[in-house]
Amino acid sequence: MAQRAGAVIVPRWPGAIVIALVLLLTVGTLIAVLTRADTFGGLGSADRAAISFTLLQAVLSAAISVIAAIPVARALSRRRFRGRSILITLLGAPFILPVVVAVMGLLAVFGRNGLLNDALTMIGAGRVSIYGLAGVVLAHVFFNLPLAVRMILQGWQSIPAERFRLAAALDAPVFSLLERPMLRAVLPGAFASIFLICLTSFAVALILGGGPKATTVELAIYQAIRFDFALDRAAFLAAIQFAMSLVAAGIAWFLAVPDASGAGLDRMARRWDGASIFSRLSDGLAIVVAAAFLIVPLVLVVLRGIGGLGDVPVQIWPAIVRSVLVAVVSTSLTILAAVALSVRGGRGVVVASALPLAASSLVVGTGLFIMVQPILNPAKIALPVTAMMNALMALPFALRIMEPAVTKAERDFGRLSTSLGIVGWARVRMVILPRIRGSLGFAAGLAAALSMGDLGVIALFATSDQQTLPLLMYQLMGSYRTDAASGAALILLGLSLGAFWICDKWGRHGAEN
Amino acid sequence: MKYSTLPLVAGLSFIATGAIADTLTVYTYDGFNSDWGPGPQIEANFEAECGCDLEFVGAGDGAAVLSRLRLEGDNTDADIVLGLDTNLTAAAAETGLFAASGVSGEYDLPIDWTDETFVPFDWGYFAFVAGKDVAAPANFRELADSDLSIVIQDPRSSTPGLGLVMWIEAAYGDDAASIWADLADNIVTVTPGWSEAYGLFLEGEADAVLSYTTSPAYHLIAEEDDTKTSWTFDEGHYMQVEVAGKIAGTDVPELADQFMAFIATEGFQSVIPLTNWMYPVVTPAEGLPAGFETLSTPETALLFSAEDAAAKAPLAIDAWRNALAQ
Repeated sequence: MAQRAGAVIVPRWPGAIVIALVLLLTVGTLIAVLTRADTFGGLGSADRAAISFTLLQAVLSAAISVIAAIPVARALSRRRFRGRSILITLLGAPFILPVVVAVMGLLAVFGRNGLLNDALTMIGAGRVSIYGLAGVVLAHVFFNLPLAVRMILQGWQSIPAERFRLAAALDAPVFSLLERPMLRAVLPGAFASIFLICLTSFAVALILGGGPKATTVELAIYQAIRFDFALDRAAFLAAIQFAMSLVAAGIAWFLAVPDASGAGLDRMARRWDGASIFSRLSDGLAIVVAAAFLIVPLVLVVLRGIGGLGDVPVQIWPAIVRSVLVAVVSTSLTILAAVALSVRGGRGVVVASALPLAASSLVVGTGLFIMVQPILNPAKIALPVTAMMNALMALPFALRIMEPAVTKAERDFGRLSTSLGIVGWARVRMVILPRIRGSLGFAAGLAAALSMGDLGVIALFATSDQQTLPLLMYQLMGSYRTDAASGAALILLGLSLGAFWICDKWGRHGAEN
Repeated sequence: MKYSTLPLVAGLSFIATGAIADTLTVYTYDGFNSDWGPGPQIEANFEAECGCDLEFVGAGDGAAVLSRLRLEGDNTDADIVLGLDTNLTAAAAETGLFAASGVSGEYDLPIDWTDETFVPFDWGYFAFVAGKDVAAPANFRELADSDLSIVIQDPRSSTPGLGLVMWIEAAYGDDAASIWADLADNIVTVTPGWSEAYGLFLEGEADAVLSYTTSPAYHLIAEEDDTKTSWTFDEGHYMQVEVAGKIAGTDVPELADQFMAFIATEGFQSVIPLTNWMYPVVTPAEGLPAGFETLSTPETALLFSAEDAAAKAPLAIDAWRNALAQ
């Protein structure tokens, strides 16, 4: 059946609006900062040192996270056991924790007074120090391993069940036929995402880096804006971050060969391989080691938090309400934007999945402030701006998760739908959305949790009576109230995980039926 | 611990309520205006006198307040800026946004206060806070020679961090770089701000943390924990003096003057010790709260003038970074 000339197969204009907004919020804010710079100077040797350290730690962190994630994702993809779904949710927790909380959890295990050193002392071995490049990388792997596992797991789950069946029937090697091409398609994107996240690391790198050796570009930007008020240097450094991220995203896009061996009937995979004792043991080991690494620090955060719950001030209630509202709005924005962009496809997706990650939140916040302040009082729009910024920061993750699913749905069912005359919004609603429910739920959960835990730009805009939960937690920490802050951190962790679990469950409920 | 119960509804409203009385807008750092900081009580005390509406706007830390003010320039809504320290006042004065305070007073400060633009509202000594069970070094050299571990803050992102760099600069001048080189192996890590460093210390990651001589007062008074102390160094202690300034372009100049004069009075100063955990610049009539007498008091107070601080800071930070980046 020939298609009527000029019919819209999928709507493209919403994606264009999203791209324009992303550019405004990232590049536009940078230009706004530049317009207010009084001087134009170059970079000092300290800035160059910061750039090379930033690159080094980001490459190491991303490589280790991705490599370590492969066996874990493989084990999770081919084993079914009790509590698997809760384990998968919990494994995602470090990624959505506020940085300071996660660092405190890590230090409770790896710190000078942590469990590891207690154990080493008990067996008479020397103490180890976590501080330095190793500590930075360890923390980044802790944060990003869950993300890598989930991204790679999605890849495994996207291999059609029929192919595993066929491979089993033919006694063909699953790895080289099915898994290697999938990894080839998924790994570059996972690596690039984590590389970009680590590129803008600030607090982790400094706290665990042990000193100015571990200065990152983001800290240099912070110093330029806050202490030197050198807006030109801040904008220049932010531009360098953008350049590094675009190169990384471009390389990843180039390396990621779309897997093109045809469609399946869209059913849950059952695996016939991996029944040997060796593979059972290795899968079990991968899951246990990853779970211990990711969950023990969390348990310690929870234990400390329980003790502090009694000290949490009543202001926690309005802060919780604000954070939840912001999370609901920003999640909706993220999902709308990600659907619009995924459907549109093309180079805009690369830009929108890299630029926000590489944006320095301080530069974006400052630029927005410069743009908004002549028109209206920034405090009045603190919460909407926070929701929008959180949506921007979550968009790259949502895209990474949803775009492959949308592309696959289009590839597998696009011709059929077009021949049936299902085009335009109907195509998005009837064909694409039901096919991507799992990815959509996962992306929404991630966006909600990230928004909940993110300090964002609220500190730059808000007055003190508009605290969100993370801001309240930082303020408690900043006024000696460490116990109350631990309690607030526990509530934050609960809310983030809860939001993630609800959305992800909704998505997987659809996928498993 | 008691907290005033704020009506939830008020907290939820996104839009500031329009006030009938004149509004005095005071920019300050977040901690000052948190519910457990001095802000709410001072607001109540001042509003009882002025028949006006005092609005605190919290914006990050002291350095963030100044950068916000610089971004807003002449457009700023601020009438008063409260919470800069003497390391920031030179840059603040340079903006040309501040007017002479018109306030002069006798302050209980260990130094003479001569600045005509900025009015001090509280102060403290930087010091290393440690457990009482740790043998205290008598100065930076002893600390550097010891095996003691410390956590400090980054001078590029934190006011106490900058205070420590200025402290060593004031105490050692040309030898500052060698002191830093010797201290390098004592420093467990450097954090972006005070909260992270203090948190690490409380978790036992280091023997001591850079904070204030008044920090043990919080543990003693609020937590009834008398195990913390601060080390007294014989080369003297650098001070942090926190100040307020009046914005020249204020639309409520009389109210702003009234507030500037209010700072040195009982209604402001008596709130400071137990909320900001710093020394008031004018000791309240009933003296300092019980517990403050236990704090160590350095013999020598060190402080650069605002101009010297501004001139020395970049070089001192470079020396710090070079020594620690080895």
